Amino acid sequence: MTVKLSIRDVEKSFGRKHDRKVVLDHVSLDVEEHQVVCLIGASGSGKSTLLRCINLLEPIDDGQILLDGVDISEPGLDTDPVRRRIGMVFQSYNLFPHMSVLRNITLGPTKVLRRDRDEAEAAARELLGRFALADKADAYPDQLSGGQQQRVAIVRALAMKPELMLLDEVTAALDPVLVGEVLNVIRDMRSEGMTMVLATHEMGFAREISDRVCFLKDGVILESAPPDQLFTDPQRPETREFLERVIASGRL
Amino acid sequence: MTELDEGAGNVSAPSRVPGAPTRRELWLRRQRRRSTTIALVSTVLTFTVVFLVVTNSSGWPKVKDMFFNAERFKEDFPKIVGYLWVDVKLFLQCAPLIVIWGMVIALCRNTRNPVLFPLRMFAAVYTDFFRGVPVILTIYLIGFGIPKLGLLEGEFHFLGFGGSWVSPYLWGPVALVLAYSAYVAEVFRAGIESVHESQRAGARSLGLSQTQTLRYVVIPQATRRVIPPLMNDFLSLQKDVALLSLIGIIEVFRRANSIKDSTANFTPIVVAAVIFLALTIPETRLVDWYTARQRKRTGGSVIA
Amino acid sequence: MKRQILALVAAGSVLFAACGDDSESGSSTPETTAGSETTAGGAETTAASTGGDAKACAEGKTLEAGGLTIGTGDPAFPPYVIDDAPESGQGFEAALALAVAKEMGFEGDAVKWVRTSFDTAVAGSDTNFDFNLQQFTINEERAKVVSFSDPYYTANQAVLGYTDGPGKDVKSLADLKTLKLGAAAGTTSLQYVLDVIQPDVEPFAFNSNADAKTALDNGQIDAIITDLPTGLFISAVEIEGTTVFGQFALGEEGGDQWGLLFTLDNPLVECANIALANLTASGELESITTQWMGDYVEAPLLPES
Repeated sequence: MTVKLSIRDVEKSFGRKHDRKVVLDHVSLDVEEHQVVCLIGASGSGKSTLLRCINLLEPIDDGQILLDGVDISEPGLDTDPVRRRIGMVFQSYNLFPHMSVLRNITLGPTKVLRRDRDEAEAAARELLGRFALADKADAYPDQLSGGQQQRVAIVRALAMKPELMLLDEVTAALDPVLVGEVLNVIRDMRSEGMTMVLATHEMGFAREISDRVCFLKDGVILESAPPDQLFTDPQRPETREFLERVIASGRL
Repeated sequence: MTELDEGAGNVSAPSRVPGAPTRRELWLRRQRRRSTTIALVSTVLTFTVVFLVVTNSSGWPKVKDMFFNAERFKEDFPKIVGYLWVDVKLFLQCAPLIVIWGMVIALCRNTRNPVLFPLRMFAAVYTDFFRGVPVILTIYLIGFGIPKLGLLEGEFHFLGFGGSWVSPYLWGPVALVLAYSAYVAEVFRAGIESVHESQRAGARSLGLSQTQTLRYVVIPQATRRVIPPLMNDFLSLQKDVALLSLIGIIEVFRRANSIKDSTANFTPIVVAAVIFLALTIPETRLVDWYTARQRKRTGGSVIA
Repeated sequence: MKRQILALVAAGSVLFAACGDDSESGSSTPETTAGSETTAGGAETTAASTGGDAKACAEGKTLEAGGLTIGTGDPAFPPYVIDDAPESGQGFEAALALAVAKEMGFEGDAVKWVRTSFDTAVAGSDTNFDFNLQQFTINEERAKVVSFSDPYYTANQAVLGYTDGPGKDVKSLADLKTLKLGAAAGTTSLQYVLDVIQPDVEPFAFNSNADAKTALDNGQIDAIITDLPTGLFISAVEIEGTTVFGQFALGEEGGDQWGLLFTLDNPLVECANIALANLTASGELESITTQWMGDYVEAPLLPES
């Protein structure tokens, strides 16, 4: 299996000299093609920041990020072409409220990939159909439920035919009833072989779907292991403590 | 005791015929009728009192003659109404340019690219200057000052517009555009800044460039949000167009004033005011309607 | 008995006043001016031949007892007032006003000047003067809200422009239709442009002749329509390279007639008229006019077409 994404010794801090907060502390991680890696950890542990750094929304302070062996984190590099290859979905969906669902989805393909409008629309409708949203194509985001909006956000990212998908706690803002439909979409993506990195609180789902689970605390990956191993036999005390708290809250 | 239903403690309410009004609806109807009647009575009463007081005051006949003279109204209206077109035309020339130039200034002001810093500086100085200097002064400076530099001569022709290079019909609108763009730029800036960062994140994650993000995602949302304050600015502009009379342009109010001067009667000014109100009141209602609609649509995220 | 004596004394003083002239009449009324009265410009006239004693007429009819308040523009332009200082008596209207004042028995410190805008005076809304003069044209409409004295000057309108500018080919009023004309707001000149000339090119109206001059200088207008003396003054003194291309008459009397402006039905009007009649008869009005306006009357008369 080839390594799709390689994160090496990445460092990231926020704030000025005396106020400096280290958010990512020498983080390293390799993700192979078609692999699904889940990031778990408490809020503020650096999961979202790591994803935003992979997507080059935030510049890293030190270290390297390699996509297909090519350093995409080089300072001064044009980031737009890279982002075309990586799809990202956010906790707050970030759909464009002034555009219809269809337009949301076709904006990227038509303006960035320069595809023909009709072609893009047909492809969009097809994708929507696959996720049972075909009838919502002409609706506006504010007319959809949270679950529907998140699924549209995923479709929007998929329409760009990314090589890698990053999902940042995409079910955290959803009604429990709606979480399931989104998880189904992610399952479908997995079965189609999409390489994914997810940050999530859904432990059960993480266990079910991932090839690898990484536990982060204070910007450091303390433990990284296949799910069965990590969830049943965590090696680090911090991981154990975290999992105990999660179980106690009834989420595992 | 055993008369109670199975469904523990359920007292059956009097059954209502479906379609008939509920008791709350009936009460609301009564309330509404009451308040309408009270409103009507109080309005009629107030107006009657004011009317009686005014028309019975000792000076009323003179005021009526000087400001609301029916004969003068009839005679002056046709002379004045034609000049409304001058104001409207000037407004229509200035408005689109103000939107464009105002947006340019707003974007310059917001740019974070260090290479473009001079533009950012320029935009800041520009808005400070033109918002600080009174519009009247700007009009004089540009309307008289620029032609006075003596750099211009002859005529120009552009897209069906033509005229002398020194004409007040050119530099007057230029002055208004420069002045108003500063205000409009600030409005646009507020709009742009009110678009949440996450929208930019979403757009850039799709691979859209900085420019594309601005063009397709940020600016459309920003503009929609600031339409109410923009409309107010444009209502203002309609009236300020009359200031161009300072550099010689004869428009509605100047014409009215000249009749006033020769007849020593203020009715022509009232005529001009009535003509203007006939235009601005429907516009104001339109703005109100649009603002309310936007508020409903976006759930309150409207700057007004 | 006492009452009868008082009445006799009163009657007697009235008699004295009635036949009084420049000599010491009016001993019963307080005079704030110094005793000596120098007669103006020579000719000694008696009350009988000029038709009246303006001074006696004016007594008690002014705003302030023993003083006269004269209003004029802010600023006041030459050749009507020189250096915006009417108290100096320099300038046509300054000199005329002081002459009228003197006829009515007010001189030196008894004469006070105030400034008003053209608009408020002509609308009758400003009343802080006994009379006002700013080249006000007498017309019917204005006479409904203010009162005018008899005319003291008749002015034609003039076309002023650059000597080698578009105005140089103007030979008749009809030629004006093709020019970009400018006039000062509120004046009969503007009215004339809008209602009579009705040019083919949109005319311009300015807040004052000063702004109109700027526009002419900038080349934004081809010609200014203003009253003849003002036009000639501008071309002779103020803007180099300009000429008055022609003059034309407004109105039936052969031109704008200027009068002193008073509040409506002011009894002082009559006294001013007596004063003006006196000044005309004595020739003083003519000499004042010639002195200040003499240079400003020469320009070709424009025919209709």
